[in-house]
Amino acid sequence: MKEGLWQEMGLSDQEYARIQEILGREPNEVELGVFSVMWSEHCSYKNSKNVLRSFPTQGPRVIQGPGENAGVVDIGDGQAVVFKIESHNHPSAIEPYQGAATGVGGIIRDIFTMGARPIALLNSLRFGSLQSKKSRFIFSGVVAGIAGYGNCIGIPTVGGEVYFHPSYEDNCLVNAMCIGIIDQKHIAKGIAAGPGNPVMVVGAKTGRDGIHGATFASEELNESSEDRRPAVQVGDPFMEKLLLEACLELIKTGYVVGMQDMGAAGLTSSSVEMAARADTGIEMDVALVPRRETGMTPYEILLSESQERMLVVPHLGKEQEVQDIFAKWGLEAVVIGKVTDDGYMTFKEDGVVVGRIPAKALTDMCPMYSPEAVEPAYLARAQEYDLSTLPELDDYSQILLSLLGSPTIASKEWVYQQYDYMVGVNTVVGPGSDAAVLRIKGTNKGIAATTDCNSRYVYLDPYRGGQIAVAEAARNLVCSGAEPLAVTDCLNFGNPEKPEIFWQFKEAVAGMADACRELETPVTGGNVSLYNETKGEAVYPTPVVGMVGLIEDLTQVTTIGWKEAGDIIIQLGQTKDELGGSSYLSHIHGLEAGRPPEINMQLEKLVQATTLQLIKEGLVASAHDCAEGGLAIALAECCFAGGMGAEVTLTDSMRASSILFSESQSRIIISTPKAKLDIVLNKLNEGQIPYKVLGNAGGEELSMAGSGWKVRLGLDTLEEKYRRAIPCIMNS
Amino acid sequence: MYKAIVTINFKKSILDPQGSTVLKALKSLGYKDVEDVRVGKHMEILIDSPNLETALEQLKEMCAKLLANPVIEDYQVDVAEVKS
Amino acid sequence: MKFGVVVFPGSNCDADCYHVIDKVLGEPVEYLWHGHDDLKNIDCIILPGGFSYGDYLRTGAIARFSPVMDKVIEFGKNGGLILGICNGFQILTESGLLPGALIRNPSLRFQCYNTNLLVENVNTPFTNAYTPKQIIQIPIAHGEGSFVADPQTLERLEKEEQIVFRYCNAAGETTPEANPNGSLHNIAGIINDKGNILGMMPHPERCAEDILGSVDGQHLFKSLVNWFQQGGGRR
Repeated sequence: MKEGLWQEMGLSDQEYARIQEILGREPNEVELGVFSVMWSEHCSYKNSKNVLRSFPTQGPRVIQGPGENAGVVDIGDGQAVVFKIESHNHPSAIEPYQGAATGVGGIIRDIFTMGARPIALLNSLRFGSLQSKKSRFIFSGVVAGIAGYGNCIGIPTVGGEVYFHPSYEDNCLVNAMCIGIIDQKHIAKGIAAGPGNPVMVVGAKTGRDGIHGATFASEELNESSEDRRPAVQVGDPFMEKLLLEACLELIKTGYVVGMQDMGAAGLTSSSVEMAARADTGIEMDVALVPRRETGMTPYEILLSESQERMLVVPHLGKEQEVQDIFAKWGLEAVVIGKVTDDGYMTFKEDGVVVGRIPAKALTDMCPMYSPEAVEPAYLARAQEYDLSTLPELDDYSQILLSLLGSPTIASKEWVYQQYDYMVGVNTVVGPGSDAAVLRIKGTNKGIAATTDCNSRYVYLDPYRGGQIAVAEAARNLVCSGAEPLAVTDCLNFGNPEKPEIFWQFKEAVAGMADACRELETPVTGGNVSLYNETKGEAVYPTPVVGMVGLIEDLTQVTTIGWKEAGDIIIQLGQTKDELGGSSYLSHIHGLEAGRPPEINMQLEKLVQATTLQLIKEGLVASAHDCAEGGLAIALAECCFAGGMGAEVTLTDSMRASSILFSESQSRIIISTPKAKLDIVLNKLNEGQIPYKVLGNAGGEELSMAGSGWKVRLGLDTLEEKYRRAIPCIMNS
Repeated sequence: MYKAIVTINFKKSILDPQGSTVLKALKSLGYKDVEDVRVGKHMEILIDSPNLETALEQLKEMCAKLLANPVIEDYQVDVAEVKS
Repeated sequence: MKFGVVVFPGSNCDADCYHVIDKVLGEPVEYLWHGHDDLKNIDCIILPGGFSYGDYLRTGAIARFSPVMDKVIEFGKNGGLILGICNGFQILTESGLLPGALIRNPSLRFQCYNTNLLVENVNTPFTNAYTPKQIIQIPIAHGEGSFVADPQTLERLEKEEQIVFRYCNAAGETTPEANPNGSLHNIAGIINDKGNILGMMPHPERCAEDILGSVDGQHLFKSLVNWFQQGGGRR
């Protein structure tokens, strides 16, 4: 074998030696290509698996945890929610529209391959500062790509988050989450079971797109990454819509033994994973795979990442029925091989064997690493920053306006008005509230969903930041009236071969895992995206939490806006003097320092449980959690959504900037009609939960007063800043 | 074997927002002399007809029937013989 | 009253329309597959929203030639009731059942939000349950919803009161600011000269249930049932 060929493909010398050991000989080029994609970080999780083991993955409602195409959680009445989040960061940095579009396409396939009809999409996006032309270009391209794909395939994009920060300038993050609903009896799995059963390729023809896309995702970006443009695939949402309908129709027939979509590493990863899960082998002839380009080699067919293709293993004898269903939808379905009992992947071309590898060698036998983890040098310095020396800038009105106008906090209407968030007529709460809510037709139930991560917190304290990401997601669901059920995670970090980065990764996962245990929201699957760095600059560590919750009774759905003038505003939880890691500190003082706010999981659980109970008893008119920007921003957001102002008195004994802009955790702002106030206060007192009655909703101003200071701004003024921030920058 | 290049453009009276956006972008890149931009569609159709006249006739029909919307679009067809 | 919802490859809102007619209206409804040319004694055909054929070439251009469309066109020409929503409206103009054309939004972006509509004509099978000049809220979700037609056609549409819905503001004024997509004369929906075919860009099926925020769209479907029950729409 040519010296260094394996290195070009992303394999180390040790890994190459291991391959020879496993095969008992040198691999040929096809086999090397197969190993290189299956053993890439993206497919094998070789650097992250040991760390991921610390996630809690089981629970009374978990039907399917990590290891399959998506997680499956019981929601009662014989139904389940199927969900997962995935990243498509590297392709989006190079070609934003198609990178984002194909990311959406990929996650949708992961859901319907399980037999579930996708009912919603969410996305968590990070870009560099909008002052940069490049960031504006990538931002608009990514949003257009998500819209272009999601709208065309007819799945509503109902929520998510968008952050802007310089660390993402050269490495945007595009994490796409999809949710589906299924009757439990229809759940399909990615297994190639039953030796003798045929193996079929269905959907689009195979071309040369994206070869080595998995390897591309497993390395840093640099100047020559632009030349890797052929590694970005072009999506066809129309094709995927047909594929989705055909697959769902097929699964209901019961003819399917196993099915998996072809994503990263295409035909290779789908066939290998299906065989490894079932302890079987697959023999296939690549000459039978329908192709749209001439002269494709076995290597190219196996590694192609052409979109909108699935691998189906039907029961023997049902091949014609499968073809008929796909033909109805205008799609091809071709038998390319069969399941064997020898545990080997046998690749042929026109009957001649061109590669033969034990299936488990490509999955289970991939070396697992425990990279070195070392606390980064910046951390101690940053955490020790003495915030008591911070000058108190007392033009709080100006500060509030400035924060409202900062792109990360400002209204994301410019983004979500490009998304069709209503198709499917299931969207009870769309973008703009704490969580999206989808109804389940034929029942009184709803699913709530959110994505959350404050990466600045993770940067300043990965463990605590990880905890907070989970806590905040659950808090958001609770504010919508939902009981948090389970988590899917998308862990976006820099180069894990750097001990400081790996330390961030390890600590963040530890924090998330502990919080998931406390909140009883197991992790059912997710994605790890490493190597998000360019020229040695890594992104802020960004472990995104995607969480789903269940609303048993849709009449209890709650949103953030005030409902009636005169409603009383109550803050559950406590504000503390902790400006560390806050948007205020960053945006107004130009500092990213201190420690993120503390989180006390007992208090968090108490506040969440209390809020949910109050909602269930019909005592809550609106609920909104305090997050970026603190109490002041949260109150402003409730005003905008409610179409009316508020008048509150904030009596905490600390500097005003902390009262207004501290991002203390475990705080929820609720409002309740005056007539119900006594009952609410009784319950809060009984439950011994810290709270403060702040004031009431109504009027045309937001008025916040403390001892010796006051902020009073017209709603129009505030809203103008909030709504126009992003359009002003993007439409010029 | 014949290869046709079919060009489809909006009628002059139809607003072309893509064209105006491209015009603005070109001007902002410094190309001050650009007066106007209209964005249309370019199609390459390979057709195995017995002769040029048949090919042209069929292509014009295709344009009128499907490829162009006569309410808002004009079309132009250029055909040449190619080696198959 | 029997409804038929046509399903093209790429239609997305077919199930939504079906749901409203079946569960909200409680009327018989079936799907009409694009590949079949049997209309099965349907009284009202719905051409739903979505991206038929991916919107490739032009929105609605390819769908217009599906086998089922021959029968739909015949049905329409003979006075049968047809409601075209969003992509459905685009297919109706492509097939000549309605005049004009729908082109790309001047913003070049897909737009999804609630719009105010002025109900200009309540003497139609589709709008008799509304009151004259009623202001309703119905969501739009499209990238190519800008209605264009030549001046003579526009004049005729105005004169013959074929403009059924116009984009307006909360006060009912049909201003440019209230126009989300540059449609000429703020046109959101029109009927043909015989009044049996309506095409509209906004999605009434998306606001037909309280749980989703509004029932302004429900009245459109109820209008059809009223019309039919009073003897209209039968061939």
